[in-house]
Amino acid sequence: MSIISLERVTKSFGEFKALNAVSLTVAKGERIVLCGPSGSGKSTLIRCLNRLETHEEGTISIDGIVFGPSADDRKKIDAVRRDVGMVFQQFNLFPHLTVLENLCLAPMHVKKVARGEAEKLAMGYLERVRIPDQAAKFPGQLSGGQQQRVAIARSLCMSPRILLFDEPTSALDPEMVKEVLDVMVELAGTGVTMLVVTHEMAFARTVADRVLFMDKGEIVEEGAPAAFFEAPKTVRAKQFLDQIL
Amino acid sequence: MLKWIRKNLFATVLDSLVTLTIVALLAWLVPKILGWALFDANFVGVTREDCKSGGACWVFIGQRWRQFIYGFYPEDQLWRVNLSFAVLIAWSGLALVRSFRWRKYVVLSLVTVFPLLAFALLLGGAPTAKWGGLMLTLIIALVGIAFSLPAGILLALGRRSNPPIIKGLCVAFIELWRGVPLISVLFMASVMLPLTLPEGVNFDKLLRALVGVSLFSSAYMAEVVRGGLQAIPKGQFEAAHALALSYWQAQRLIILPQALRHVIPGIVNSFISLVKDTTLVLIIGMFDLLGIVQATLTDPAWLGYATEGYLFAGAIFWILCFTMSRASARLEHRLAHSGRTA
Repeated sequence: MSIISLERVTKSFGEFKALNAVSLTVAKGERIVLCGPSGSGKSTLIRCLNRLETHEEGTISIDGIVFGPSADDRKKIDAVRRDVGMVFQQFNLFPHLTVLENLCLAPMHVKKVARGEAEKLAMGYLERVRIPDQAAKFPGQLSGGQQQRVAIARSLCMSPRILLFDEPTSALDPEMVKEVLDVMVELAGTGVTMLVVTHEMAFARTVADRVLFMDKGEIVEEGAPAAFFEAPKTVRAKQFLDQIL
Repeated sequence: MLKWIRKNLFATVLDSLVTLTIVALLAWLVPKILGWALFDANFVGVTREDCKSGGACWVFIGQRWRQFIYGFYPEDQLWRVNLSFAVLIAWSGLALVRSFRWRKYVVLSLVTVFPLLAFALLLGGAPTAKWGGLMLTLIIALVGIAFSLPAGILLALGRRSNPPIIKGLCVAFIELWRGVPLISVLFMASVMLPLTLPEGVNFDKLLRALVGVSLFSSAYMAEVVRGGLQAIPKGQFEAAHALALSYWQAQRLIILPQALRHVIPGIVNSFISLVKDTTLVLIIGMFDLLGIVQATLTDPAWLGYATEGYLFAGAIFWILCFTMSRASARLEHRLAHSGRTA
């Protein structure tokens, strides 16, 4: 059963066509890795899913909620955002709040969970990303890897059915990439639907059910990771893989 | 100590010259000022006849301080003024207790219920035409501050929002009020506005001045706050939106706490200007602290003591503004050392 479906979705920034009639269906619990050269539309695609971007043509349906072109129905947008978590390249933690406050904010103000309950939930997720001891610190006092794990825990606190990752390890020092990927691999085992924009090919091989290769606003090639990495069918994918491997 | 003096005051010939000149200047000036203001000054007495020594005549201030502080408010009603300010201080004190459970409501009532109560209490003693002195200065300044901060925040948010009508209105409002001198705003409020009102309708003059000052300072405040808003990275909005927070929740919980923190110095700067700008109400016939001191100077009984009068007014203004400046420095210091990075 599909949880996400895109039908000929188009999005431009001025003259630049970021998405060109993209169609895609994602099954519930499926784990998808999106890769491709910069400017190929990967980030735009996942940002259209939680309405950080508004698409111009086509329809997007997420967990039964359907968005036509340029739809900005507040209620629908809120409903989707409660259901879809996002982890950003730059973490985007709230620097004026402690780690625990970062995690409790949305459950308390969006879902109206009581503080005590929200904190209990938050501590549970901090343990899952293995930094419960940092709960009282401010984001600025943590390493990049720790900050990104807090960001993951923060999105988990809303119990999303879909998780979007926008290059989660690109802003990290190399020695911190693993601790974040480990958490993501563990998440992949929980059955949550994941869409991950990343160039971490090892991660894609272990976790992904399907790899999508994008270029110039289109999904050029898709397939199981093994097949895609060993024998890419298109020239563009071949060139791209040659460059990053 | 000697080393420090050598290094910092007499390092070169030029340094030595400058140091000596300044020392000589101070040696000549300080005794003169102290002599006038303290040693040769007259503190006791009731009339100018008691000021004979040639120094400052503080008797003048002593005889007229009540007027400087309360204006023409009737003497037997002064308790109303005192009570209002005592309640204000107690109420604000309660609002500063951070662990207090109902703090939110204390703050809210401080800017809504309290002004109305105080206004009613003060009006019970005398019509606004009789209000003056430090009391009037503080009333205008406090109302201006209490109004301009929230209004400035809303204007700044409006100016950065998408709907073209809201954005346009906010830009027009800010640019209109910023482009006009406060004096002309006050003139408009006191002279022009009554002309446009129907016959018989009469707005209180103080109220008009308050509206004018408040709107004027809101426009300035809006630009200070906007500066803070622009310093917040776009990612903060996106993270808030991705967590399904609404626009107002995102502003209240994420954006404004960070933005306002960035611009505390600018906000306090605006408050200080506002306190000093209240002196301009003199030109529409209201007597704030400076105005009433100035008016008293023309009293034949005290002719010739302008220096004492202006020094007194200046000192009070300085104390008010310096207190605000220290309070802001303390707030910044506390925030800087709480581990919060924004």
